[in-house]
Formats: sequence, C-alpha cells, structure tokens
Amino acid sequence: MSDDGRFKRFTGTPGYIAAGPLVDAVNCAIALERPLLLKGEPGTGKTVLARHVAEGLGMPLLSWHIKSTTKAAEGLYVYDTVQRLNDSRFGTGNVADIRSYIKLGPLGRAFAAAERHVLLIDEIDKADLEFPNDLLRELDEMRFTIAETGDEIVAQERPVVLITSNNEKELPDAFLRRCVFHYIEFPDVATMRRIVAVHHKNLDAALLDQVLIKFYWLREQPDLRKKPSTSELVDWISALLRAGLDAKTLEAHLPFVGTLLKKEQDVDALLRYDKQRGRYPSRWEDLGPRYNQ
Amino acid sequence: MFLNFFYALREAGVPVGTQEWMAFLRALELGLHGSSLLRFYHLGRACLVKSEAYFDAYDRAFLKIFHGVEVADDQITERLLEWLRDPKALPELTPEQLAALERLSHDELMRKFLETLAEQTERHDGGDKWVGTGGRSPYGQGGVHPTGIRVGGPGRSRSAMKVAEERRFRDYRTDVALDVRQLRVGLRRLRQLTRSGLATELDLDQTIDETCRNAGEIELVFRPPRRNDVRLLLLMDVGGTMDPFYEPVSQLLTALHEERGLRAFESLYFHNTIYEVLYTSGQLLRSHEVPTGEVLKRLDARWKVIIVGDAAMHPAELLEPHGNIDPRRVSPTPSIVWLKRIADHFDRVVWLNPERPDEWDMVQTTRVIRRLFPMYPLSVDGLGEAVGALVGARA
Repeated sequence: MSDDGRFKRFTGTPGYIAAGPLVDAVNCAIALERPLLLKGEPGTGKTVLARHVAEGLGMPLLSWHIKSTTKAAEGLYVYDTVQRLNDSRFGTGNVADIRSYIKLGPLGRAFAAAERHVLLIDEIDKADLEFPNDLLRELDEMRFTIAETGDEIVAQERPVVLITSNNEKELPDAFLRRCVFHYIEFPDVATMRRIVAVHHKNLDAALLDQVLIKFYWLREQPDLRKKPSTSELVDWISALLRAGLDAKTLEAHLPFVGTLLKKEQDVDALLRYDKQRGRYPSRWEDLGPRYNQ
Repeated sequence: MFLNFFYALREAGVPVGTQEWMAFLRALELGLHGSSLLRFYHLGRACLVKSEAYFDAYDRAFLKIFHGVEVADDQITERLLEWLRDPKALPELTPEQLAALERLSHDELMRKFLETLAEQTERHDGGDKWVGTGGRSPYGQGGVHPTGIRVGGPGRSRSAMKVAEERRFRDYRTDVALDVRQLRVGLRRLRQLTRSGLATELDLDQTIDETCRNAGEIELVFRPPRRNDVRLLLLMDVGGTMDPFYEPVSQLLTALHEERGLRAFESLYFHNTIYEVLYTSGQLLRSHEVPTGEVLKRLDARWKVIIVGDAAMHPAELLEPHGNIDPRRVSPTPSIVWLKRIADHFDRVVWLNPERPDEWDMVQTTRVIRRLFPMYPLSVDGLGEAVGALVGARA
C-alpha cells in the first residue's frame, strides 16, 4: 500500500446489505493493515461478511473456524509426527524430508500464498482464553518460523484479517489494542425490510408489516431468554408462506412460534400470555416511539 | 481540542492507549473519514473503542468535545488536519473560530430552524438555506449537514451528533447492565486447570520418547486432559429485603447453573444472614434444612464460596445471641460467629452485594460484614473482580 491513501476499497456486494459504518470499518482495517474484530448478536451476518468482503475485493477467502480445542499454533502449521512415525516404521513416504510432514494451517497458507487473501478467523471466543494472545506476534508481523525446519514464512501480501466473536469470552486487552473494532447492531426496521427482500422477493406488503411488527414486539419483551434473530425471521416468513397465511390471520395470532423462539421457557411464557388472552400488536403505533419516528 | 478528545475518552472510562490513538491518526491521515463528521464518529469508534460496553462512554466523550462543532462538509478534513498538525495551538482558537463553533449549538439550531420555517412559504428542494429535501442547509430532510435537524421521514445520513446523542449503547455498559450471557462471560474466568481423570489425550512428547525407547515400535501414551478444578459453593439470601433484587440474582443463578465447566457446584439459601442451618431450596422449608456445621465438615477449604446478599438487617440479627427472627428456630449462637466460621474455614470467600456500593457504608451490618469478607457489587464488573479474588493470585 502506498502512503497517499490509495488502497483496495471494499464497497459492498449486491448480496449483502452492509451499513455505511461497517463498510468504513472494513476499509479502515484494510488501510491500517490491522485485523477487523466483528462482534454482534448471533444472526447479524458476521461470518457472511467475510465471504462478501472477499468477493467485493476479488480476493480468495480462507476460513479458520475456531473450536474449543483449537490451538493457536494449528493456524500456522501442524507437524504430523504420528504420520512420520508410522512412515518410518513401515518404510513408506519420504521420512528423511521433515517438510513433507509440515502442513500449513489457514494462517500459514494465507501468509505463504503469492496472492493477497481474505482470512476469516471465525468465533475466536470459542477457543481458550489465551488463544488470541498466542497469535499476537504473527498477526502483527505477519511472519512466523517453523521450529522443526527453521524455515521462516513471511507474508508476501498481508492478508485482510476478519475476526468474529460472539462474546462468549472476553478477549485479552493486548489483542484488542491491535484490532479495529466494529459492533454490528441489530438491523432496524428499514434495513430489515431490505434484508427480507433479498430472501423473499415480492412479499405482500401488509403481511411483511404484520410479520415485522410481531417480530420486533417479541424482541422488545424484556424477559425473553433468547431473542429471535434475522435468520429466524427469514425462516418464520418461509413457514408462513408455505402455510399460505395472510396478514389478517397474523394480526391476532403468532403461528409457528417454534421457528422464532428456541428456548422452552420462552415458548411456555408466550403460550401463557396467549392463554391469558394477551393482546398482540398489529400496528406500528402499538410498538412505542422508537418505531414511529 | 483534538487531543482533548483523547483525554475525554480516558476520563469517560474508555481504555484507550497511544497505540489506538496512533492508529486513529493514521486513519485520519489516510482520509478514511471522507469529509463527514458522522464517518469521523464511526471511524473514531472503530479505532479507539474495542468493546460495545464502551460505546456509551465514547458517545458521552464525543458529545462533550464536539458538541456544537459546526463545520461545513468540505471543511472537516482540513479542520481535523489542522488540529493534527499543531496540537498545542488548539485551545487558542481565534475568536472567529470560537464564534463559528458556538454558532450552531443545538438550541440555536432549533431556534434557527423555526425562524427559517417561518420565513419560508413554499416547498423547497435542494439549495443550502431553506427547509426542504436534499441540499446542504442544516434543516430539512435527506440532506447532509453534519449537525442538521431532520423534518420527519427516514434520515439518509444521520448526523454524528444525533447518533451520539441517542446513546443507543447505554444498555451495553457493563457497570450497570447485567444479563445471563454477560454473567457467564464473567464466570468463565472462574477456573483452575489441572490434569485429572481418565487419560484420553494423546501425549505426543511421551509417545515419541516411548516409541524411540521401543526401537521404533509405536507406543502411544495418553494423559488426562486439563480440567477445571474449581468447586463453587453459592450461599444466597432470599426473601424480604432481597425481593427487589430478584431479577439480577435469578440471572446470576441461571448463569451459574448453565456454567457446566465447574468441577462441582452447590447452592444453599438463607434469610437475611446465616445461622446454624442453611436450606437447599429458596423456599426455606424445614424439610430442606442442612446444618451449617455439616456443610463446613463436608466441604473442604478448597471450595470457593460466593455469598449473595444485601447484608442489610437489624444489627441484633447479626450480632446478638437469639438474633434469628425466624420463629421456628432457636439460635443461641449469633450469626456473626457463623459468618466468622465460614470466613475461617474456606480459603476464599467473596460477598456479592446487589445494593449500590455508595450505600454500603450507610448500613451498620454491611460495614461489619465487609470486615469479614471482601465485598463486590453484583454487576458484571463486580462479578469479574470477585472471580479474580476467588481464583487470581493473592494480593
């Protein structure tokens, strides 16, 4: 990247509705060559963003999905000792060449590649508490040494690193200091309409209104244990369409509640509310000032 | 003024260091904020704030520093770069600049808006003075003035001031908000890893050693995986003065029950303070009694103890023999003695108090109990500190 501020910019793709601040944050991370840390409620499209950033920038994508057992070193490379032991015992493979037993991980592959990559480190909070700290130097300097061979892998093109977190663990400060941070807010009604339009084209406007009113009303309920998210809304609309329900039926009922609420207590609470003849909102005015600006 | 923003952020409690600040300056140099105050706001947030918990503090600092800043769209880059070039000269703005800054504070903006509206008699689109759609006047709809007032309809580009003023991230502040998920994050740190149990994990170094010793015949060696060794006892005050705290306390309970990483977990209940019996359920039924002495015998010093209670009661309940107000029981031993036994028996005990910390010292019994146990507020931050006191290195 040159100093006059010219760099490859991300401007969004047709399949992904990205808000202005998010696009800015992505570009900021690209320009500063720092990882972009994305947080937000589940279902706000953190992981999908990486695919669209890669598409938008025209770079290949490498994904590294983190599990609770993932070790930081695995992202760089794995030395397959057991395979080598086996080969030496049975006389197969090229045991003399240690390099053929070193397999680069996603991070290592992104560094070693001649082309600039987008690297997604997905759900970094799933791993051990120390995991992010173990990657600090590698992400900073974009280089590492393979201890077994002494080879140094240096990134020819610094990858664009996107990291997602679901907030299950707090990330270490030293790690946070090196990131650009963006919190994806839950989409507001206008954005949600655009998102729904991507998945369900030509949806009846009255039905969509009823669906969104019920959806945002549900999300506003304070004692809900798990709020329904975008993907659940999209599923719910699919279910409603399959059953051929129209806006009128939806005004006073909440059918297929199982697609929206995933906790038993939440479903029970709603059933109780239903039994007590609780009212459901059917107009935006019923929802409070935030939705009626 | 620009550097003031940095200090205002730190004052507001945002943990921002020079590293982030330098990154932010670099981003500004690259012109990533374009020429809008709103994008400047978002860029600053992306570079300087690393957790949504601090977004509210960021909003407050931003409002404090940039409130009333009036810059036409194309001037903001220049103005910011000017600040950057000469940080020392910042407090001494020229009188004209100061006047310009003060010119459009929010009230002023509203007043001018009404005036302009009064002057105007017809529909207006575009242009930079009248109320209408499009255009660069501070008033109207769909326009791009940085501190503008919007007249109905959806906003196209929202002003940074309005965004900051809305303070939508108030709920994410960790010093006030509390939900199960955040509590679980706090509790995750409650752990001490040790190797025990069944050997299921391949020990590579040992395997290689053994294989070599075995002349190349592969000999796999397993070891037990690392596990959390924390045993946790929760003692919880229920009923009476604790009723208002039902919500946060039940969330803490849910979080604890969902936390399966612990080696052992037990919860026992009491009312107001602890005497010779504890209860295994929150209803405090006689059939659910367990003698406190038994608990102390059964659980060894390695158990970590969290006591949750408001620590507020009549002093006699805590300090006098027969202070127990439960008519079913005769308690010759004062509660304070039982609390002392608990404090002495267990290695680490913390007290979580749902009352606000600034009110603790107003209650006599709270003061007494604080001398026995380290007390923390029942908030995400407080829980974090309490967990640190339970498993962290000793101060």
